[in-house]
Amino acid sequence: MAPTIGELKMPAIIEKHRHLIDFALSSLIRRKGKTFSLIIVFAWVVFLLASVMFFSRAIQQEASSVLQGSPEMIVQRLVAGRQSLIPVSYAKDIAEIRGVQHVAARLWGYYYDPLSGANVTLMVNDDLKERVGEVLVGDAVSFRTAVQGQKQRARKNDILPFKTAAGDVLMLKVAGVFSAASQLVASDLILLSEQDFRSIFPIEPGMATDLVLQVRNAKELATIASKILQMHPDTRPILKDEILRTYDAIFGWRSGIVFVLLTGAVFAFIILAWDKATGLGADERREIGILKAIGWETADVLLLKSWEGVIVSLTAFLLGLALAYVHIFMTSSAFFEPVLKGWAVLYPEFRLMPFIDAYQIAVLFFWTVVPYTIASIVPSWRSATVDPDTVMRGT
Amino acid sequence: MMERKSNAFFGCLLMGVLLIGILFLHSRYRIWTESDALQQRREMVRILGLSDLCLFTEARYTRNPSLADIHTPFQDHPMSFEHFPSGSLVEPPPHWLQPSVN
Repeated sequence: MAPTIGELKMPAIIEKHRHLIDFALSSLIRRKGKTFSLIIVFAWVVFLLASVMFFSRAIQQEASSVLQGSPEMIVQRLVAGRQSLIPVSYAKDIAEIRGVQHVAARLWGYYYDPLSGANVTLMVNDDLKERVGEVLVGDAVSFRTAVQGQKQRARKNDILPFKTAAGDVLMLKVAGVFSAASQLVASDLILLSEQDFRSIFPIEPGMATDLVLQVRNAKELATIASKILQMHPDTRPILKDEILRTYDAIFGWRSGIVFVLLTGAVFAFIILAWDKATGLGADERREIGILKAIGWETADVLLLKSWEGVIVSLTAFLLGLALAYVHIFMTSSAFFEPVLKGWAVLYPEFRLMPFIDAYQIAVLFFWTVVPYTIASIVPSWRSATVDPDTVMRGT
Repeated sequence: MMERKSNAFFGCLLMGVLLIGILFLHSRYRIWTESDALQQRREMVRILGLSDLCLFTEARYTRNPSLADIHTPFQDHPMSFEHFPSGSLVEPPPHWLQPSVN
């Protein structure tokens, strides 16, 4: 009788496992149609899970790194539950609060171009104060230009038409385009002078979109925020920490986008594992019966089935992981693009920085390879503990 | 002598692990080569005082989720359904989910 694992020394154990792997591979190759389709489906599930994980992590990392430069505090005014224009006089009051270093009123807003169907963000920039009639635009901004009349990406020296509040058309010249590297923060951004901004939007003098604050000591932010609320109860201060936490929440696993994608992939995986765990095919049962009849121990049969599970799941894992990396970081998340794009006309190219780490890979490994391997052992254990004659007869 | 199948398997496994290693190296290489672009984005955010990533441009509350007010998805009327696809994907920022005096 073949020695059991406990009776073998180290090299012999390795040799025994190599024989088991040889046998497991022969067995898988014998059922190559089923094995191949299993690996493809499993790899697809791993691909989806890994893609979601890579994508959400990369966005979170990008946000936490890039938005470190956000204003320390933004003060909005709320009227009837909605953001409203804030009087610039509030800035003077807030500037007098102890610890506040600087308060600036900002003018910005959203502009819908009915010809191209694009939404852009217009923002006043002080550097353009003396350059009335000129704009700086994001790399993805596209308009129907006044000259060509066709929708195309704005380029330097193009003339962009804007409909003003009075119903006229204001022609603004593109003085510069932001680099493609800035797309993730400014793809739809248009910077312009205050005079042009006020021509497009009927905002009364003395009103601004919001206020931004600089403080001497970041530890005093909460205190300053509560003082602002006491002074002007109709305002809402937003702290930088809250801005940073926003992206952790949006792309956390409970958020809509990640949850929808994860749910599909997890259910596909559960079906796969459940199918495996609920029973073996007649051929596989007969194979186990024969192995038991020729003297294999139950432990050896289970080892064989474990190796089969490991071979299938590990192959699919490596394949799915590599494809997910290529998908997210080399093809700009091509599969997710239609979901993320929605009805937007302007859309940034998601060339995300590949922030990956061993922890992500380990989590994915333990959520895919380990459960599948365990699920593949359970039915084999049931068959291996039954009398070989009964198993072979299929009764 | 016939090649053992386990040797081929270990060979493939080794290649797979090497591939993962190459992905890590590629990741570090791109982070290193594109650190200037990241720094450029950070500077742009600082100079212009931006507060959000430009991920969705279709609705104002998903273009700038951290500045959105809690009622914007229901802007048409109190019982209106979510209008934009991205509004279904983005949950409200956490500071709106906490009890607040305002």
